[in-house]
Amino acid sequence: MLRLEARPHPSTAALLLAPLLAVLLTLLAGALLFALLGFAPAAALKAFFITPVNSLYGLGELAMKATPLLLCAIGLAVGFRANIWNIGAEGQLLMGAIAGSGVALFLRPADGAPWVLPAMFLAGALGGMAWAAVPAFLKLRFNASEILTSLMLTYVARLFLRWLVGGPWRDPDGYNFPQSPMFAPDAVIPPLLHGTRLGFGALLALAVTLGGWFLLSRTFLGFQIRVIGLTSAAAGYAGFDRGRVTWLSLLLSGALAGIAGLNEVAGPIGQLTPFVSPGYGFTAIIVAFLGRLHPIGILFASLLVALSYLGGESAQISLGLPLAATDVFQGMLLFFLLASEVLVRYRPRLARTRG
Amino acid sequence: MDHVTAILVSVLLAAAPLLFAALGELVTEKSGVLNLGVEGMMLVGAVCGFAVTAHSGHAALGILAAALAGMALSALFALLTLVLLANQVATGLALTLFGVGLSALVGKPFVGTPLEKLPDLPLPLLSHLPLLGPLLFDRDPLIYLAALLTLAVGWLLARTRAGLVVRAVGENPEAAHALGYPVRLIRFACILFGGAMAGLGGAYLSLAYTPMWAEDMTAGRGWIALALVVFSTWRPGRLVLGALLFGAFTIAQLHAQALGLAVPPEFLAMLPYLATILVLVLISRDAARIRLNAPAAIGKTFHPDH
Amino acid sequence: MKFVKWALAAAMTMSLGLPTAHADAPFKAAWIYVGPVSDHGYSFQHDQGRKAVEAALGAKVKTTFVESVPEGADAERVLTQLARDGNKLIFSTSFGFMNATLKVARAFPDVKFEHATGYKRAANVSTFSARFYEGRAVLGTIAGKMTKTGVVGYIASIPIPEVVRGIDAFTIALRKVRPDAKVKVIYVNSWYDPGKEAAAAKALIDQGADVLAQHTDSAAPVQTAEERGVWCFGQSSDMTRYAPHRLLTGIIENWDQYDVAEVKAAMNGSWKSHDTWGGLASGMVKLSPYNPAMPRDVVAAAEKTRQDIIAGKLNPFAGPITDQSGKLVVPAGKSLSDAQLLGLRFYVQGVEGNLPK
Repeated sequence: MLRLEARPHPSTAALLLAPLLAVLLTLLAGALLFALLGFAPAAALKAFFITPVNSLYGLGELAMKATPLLLCAIGLAVGFRANIWNIGAEGQLLMGAIAGSGVALFLRPADGAPWVLPAMFLAGALGGMAWAAVPAFLKLRFNASEILTSLMLTYVARLFLRWLVGGPWRDPDGYNFPQSPMFAPDAVIPPLLHGTRLGFGALLALAVTLGGWFLLSRTFLGFQIRVIGLTSAAAGYAGFDRGRVTWLSLLLSGALAGIAGLNEVAGPIGQLTPFVSPGYGFTAIIVAFLGRLHPIGILFASLLVALSYLGGESAQISLGLPLAATDVFQGMLLFFLLASEVLVRYRPRLARTRG
Repeated sequence: MDHVTAILVSVLLAAAPLLFAALGELVTEKSGVLNLGVEGMMLVGAVCGFAVTAHSGHAALGILAAALAGMALSALFALLTLVLLANQVATGLALTLFGVGLSALVGKPFVGTPLEKLPDLPLPLLSHLPLLGPLLFDRDPLIYLAALLTLAVGWLLARTRAGLVVRAVGENPEAAHALGYPVRLIRFACILFGGAMAGLGGAYLSLAYTPMWAEDMTAGRGWIALALVVFSTWRPGRLVLGALLFGAFTIAQLHAQALGLAVPPEFLAMLPYLATILVLVLISRDAARIRLNAPAAIGKTFHPDH
Repeated sequence: MKFVKWALAAAMTMSLGLPTAHADAPFKAAWIYVGPVSDHGYSFQHDQGRKAVEAALGAKVKTTFVESVPEGADAERVLTQLARDGNKLIFSTSFGFMNATLKVARAFPDVKFEHATGYKRAANVSTFSARFYEGRAVLGTIAGKMTKTGVVGYIASIPIPEVVRGIDAFTIALRKVRPDAKVKVIYVNSWYDPGKEAAAAKALIDQGADVLAQHTDSAAPVQTAEERGVWCFGQSSDMTRYAPHRLLTGIIENWDQYDVAEVKAAMNGSWKSHDTWGGLASGMVKLSPYNPAMPRDVVAAAEKTRQDIIAGKLNPFAGPITDQSGKLVVPAGKSLSDAQLLGLRFYVQGVEGNLPK
């Protein structure tokens, strides 16, 4: 029977080959699935992986779809490394969008006010931070699990957003539909490249990725985070402050999620609506783990997951593949990626018996 | 049935699917495994339960199919996390995604098909008790099953050797392994139990609560079930309390609206979530108590060589 | 090596399946939906429209749809992809797609767009919606005849003008028949959550409602009504089979004729940007068959309301209309204008509950 033997060091070759193997297996399994459903497998796979990115516009869309995933996942990864289970990035994202929109709607910038967008980004970060501060406080003060509090607060944020845009913040000229007025031109992120919708949020996300890498692998704080995550007891002996790391990781992930939310409303959406995010905060959890909680890995993972979303749309458009098949296919992709990781840390060995 | 009883029954029925799914997840977590795929397993259970009942005309077969379907999906999770040592949190989330899609695919032909509701089964004698009779003993068989399973799980976990072993595996898998217990086999069984229960929770929705199949009909109840496990501090008794509390606040906010309370409906709808946080804070203050119940090794991958 | 053979076959299929340009290539039209087509509600009915187009025009059209499109940043991309894919008429069927539709329409001036339930138009963007409130006035009339307790329950999704309009039209008609009747409203904060809709139905019944109306998409409320033995009305599609004894009638959304007409117009070049707000007369709003158990005088009253609305003799929002506080909002002889109806945001007298300002 095959058994797994732990490698003394993660294998670099496997690190690079494992995802490729996973993608290959997904292609095979996907082809089978599509054939079973009566679709030409090659055409379906082409629609999934090639069509969405065969143009500049498509590449811009890919980066745009990956941006909120990347921002949220980097923040979450820092927390997950320290065993802080923030699963409410979605709520923090919405609160960031709300706070940033507040700046755009109520400071009514005059034309040519260069400070508006920076102020909105700041407000977005603060909004997300404030929402993440609640689980941090409840965890440290009352010992309440952040898994539960951050998840519950996501529902609260969703309802709060709906109330806000349906009530006090709704567009006075919008026939009472639940949406804010469109933001002034100065409060909307301009596209970086003509012919795409990609704004500088994507560059910011790249900078955050580098920053996250630096924080985790090059600073003493990052070291503390990793130690606390690995062995809480050892961290205690070393005198590392668990409270400080709890605050830091939750506030950081809240801020990044908030920025992600703001980047959506001030970018492609251009107003506050009840539909800021189709669940980026939740998907980012998968992205964080697919990237093995490493910022560079997360960058690639966010692109791959974003591509699978775009691919699902494209397969619906060109082949009429039902969305449910896309979900199944995405699930398979994730399963294979997660399973293939075993090769990085373990070496498969043939052994005679083992239970 | 008077109005108060009717309202209490609504609370009970709203709590039932949550209780099923949460009870299964509680056992899974007690063995040290965090399976975030509850929503996906519930949906697959809901659609398989519905499909089999609609085809065969036998609700019992449907219920069995739902449990097996949830189990099958959880077996996939077990294969990935126990054998291939994949990360539990990510695999669970992927399982939800997969389950949502799979249930939608399987369910396409059943959209818009009506189904007879799972009939109530009044228990002899007991159903004639004043107050409690109409509330508890004039319900559908799945409610009785939920009650029995809660008692059984509570007893097994707290009072039996099997429960002790499960807790040991969730507490310190290395030590349990050293003592000769088959850690992965035990976890596998617990994961399967969690899957079966999530499947039953889904079946409760599609066969009894709202007998129909529709995409995404669980509407996030799998997530609430997960939260309730944390809320219960991994104790079945408290889980019942949590599920009822959540159900009660959900029903109460609907009643408050119908009474014309001058509060925006969005704020009323926040109540169940805020109440859950508040009660959790109240019961979590005693840090030592929580630590006693929380499985120490939860979410961590176990490999016998380590 | 079965697999290799199969893979080769797959590759062949692909190379043969490549589209080739023809002079008489079919006209391409596309639909985007906010929900899954199998929701058996709003998106399902819009997809019926797409199928009607396919049935009516056969090989002359090629239709495409994208389901469950989130109403955030994604809608614009999906619309763009559909336009780039050669679709010449795109039905964008949810309010939340409005600004995305306008943006994409600017980028693709030769593509025509049909946006449902919105209010922004352009040279290549039409809007269309249905006067569901006309149907609800008929339901209100029936409810007034059928209620014994004088309490009617109304399960609503979210407080937007469309929903408020339905509640008001229903209540006005209800109180014409039964002046002391009141309407209890519960918002479930979702268009689609069978469990919560069922719970809301139970709560309303427990508070004395013996007739239920709904403005949410699932059949859960009518199922609950059937079980508890109260009357009910369906929504979106025909829900009779979910409550064969208790469903009185229901509102059916019907986009078939509209969609076919618009596609034909776009094909022959006569398409123009316009705003359509069709009601009972146009067939956009239909009623599912009356329950045979409905007494004859109730059927007569319902039919009279329906025929009068179709004939233009009855305006469901004709004055006098008083608001909840009893203030006269629309005097006798006047009625609410379409612009006022579009953004309606107050409850009429008889509705219990508050609408946040």
